[in-house]
Amino acid sequence: MEKFLVDIFGSEITAYIIIAIIPLIFIVPYALFAVWLERKVSAHMQDRLGPMYTGGWHGWAQTIADIIKLLQKEDIVPAAADKKLHLLAPYIVFIGSYAAFAAIPFSSEYIGSHLNLGIFYIIAVSSLVVVGLLMAGWSSNNKWSLFGAMRSAAQIVSYEIPTALSLLAVVMIAGTLNLQEINKMQSGWFWNWFIFSKFPFVFIAFLIYFVASLAEVNRTPFDIPEAESELVAGYHTEYTGMKFAMFFLAEYANMFAVSAIASAVFLGGWNSPFGDFMSGPIWGVFWFVAKGMFFIFVQMWLRWTLPRTRVDQLMYVSWKVLTPFAFFCIFAIGIWLML
Amino acid sequence: MKKYFIDIFKAIWTVLIGMKITFKHLFVPAVTIQYPDVKLNLPERARNRLYVNMDDCIGCLQCSNACPVDCIEIETVKSLPTEDLGLTSKGTKKRLYVTKFTIDIAKCCYCGLCVPPCPTECIFMTDKYEFSEYNRRDLIYNFSTMTEQEIAEVKARAAEAEKEAAAKKAAPKPATATPTNPETKKSEN
Repeated sequence: MEKFLVDIFGSEITAYIIIAIIPLIFIVPYALFAVWLERKVSAHMQDRLGPMYTGGWHGWAQTIADIIKLLQKEDIVPAAADKKLHLLAPYIVFIGSYAAFAAIPFSSEYIGSHLNLGIFYIIAVSSLVVVGLLMAGWSSNNKWSLFGAMRSAAQIVSYEIPTALSLLAVVMIAGTLNLQEINKMQSGWFWNWFIFSKFPFVFIAFLIYFVASLAEVNRTPFDIPEAESELVAGYHTEYTGMKFAMFFLAEYANMFAVSAIASAVFLGGWNSPFGDFMSGPIWGVFWFVAKGMFFIFVQMWLRWTLPRTRVDQLMYVSWKVLTPFAFFCIFAIGIWLML
Repeated sequence: MKKYFIDIFKAIWTVLIGMKITFKHLFVPAVTIQYPDVKLNLPERARNRLYVNMDDCIGCLQCSNACPVDCIEIETVKSLPTEDLGLTSKGTKKRLYVTKFTIDIAKCCYCGLCVPPCPTECIFMTDKYEFSEYNRRDLIYNFSTMTEQEIAEVKARAAEAEKEAAAKKAAPKPATATPTNPETKKSEN
């Protein structure tokens, strides 16, 4: 991909800028689609219809209309806010979630950066989101925002541990942190996927990863940082217009990032489930996005199934259930690999 | 320790049960109707916007008397004996000009108490329930079919007739009034 682009444009800088922009070109339409999908899924799960008018067929243009409305909205900054941090926070949150896309292999031919430390880099850089959220909560000078930011920080920091440990289980089997290498190891039929290897330990690791990733992206049942019924909207209470849209975009980008990692690490990423059938660089994108969207659907499905957990329940799940089980999985897989 | 594992198992199991239910509902037809395009049929005796058929109104004020919130305002002017205002559809003779018949639908409480007293059944509930307005005054409905000019004419004629009647009464009055004056009788006794 890099060579091809360098050949076309004749300069490396242009080629790399294009490579860097490709995920953004994917994220924005994806976020619009995912918001629409979320509204439709939630509506149909509650026997409603959801948006039906805008654009004709099942309100497909509703989110496009919404984003145009948000772009036109007045940008209100609270008088007592810390203006610089208030301005900066949404961009830091988005940068944090966008930076994770650099190491995500969309296809066998396309990956933002050939990092040998891919998974490690993603886990590290996505922690930047916490800084942005704390910044947003603190600078808004609003009690709801601060509460939301504090909860969010506590939640993301504590759930990073089971996330990292469950990914480590797969890293031990693969012997590499490079996501592209990990994907190549899972090629062939779907039983080569890591989720089915060393059964049931990797499967348990996958469950741990999925639950922890839900908490990391502040999705229900772990959406206490945003808890509408308690905290208005959590850390983005005081944000309006485009900055609010930025938070929203970052949230949906994050959702795809964690789903993408789940599919890349556990479900073969861009590999076709049926051997050589429909495989290749372009079909790879299809399979990768399809697996990612499946996990996003499951996230939505869970959101409209489960109520919100309490803060103490949240911490209980992280420290007393997920973390010990993740350690157990690592231990068991380690012994299995040694034997 | 045993409870710990049972709790984890229960958590996973109950989440799966919940997910099964929500997944089923994903394919249940929605109960929503697309309201402005599709409307539910109203019950037979639904109470909505009032309507007055002025051709049948005899200006008897029964409806405005029955109204608990006084939202119906009626003014009538007597017609002259020589004038013929026509009959209602039930055959009652109309004797009054209804110069004003307004219903303030913003005040109306949709109790329907004005409907049964009407002798000619000219005030009734329709099936219209979408009549929001930007201005509150636009909710005062005027049902009188008479124009301003007609009202002025009718009022002038009625006033004239009243004057004439008063004059007629006033003329023989002094002759009959004195003998029946109770005060004078009392003083005699």
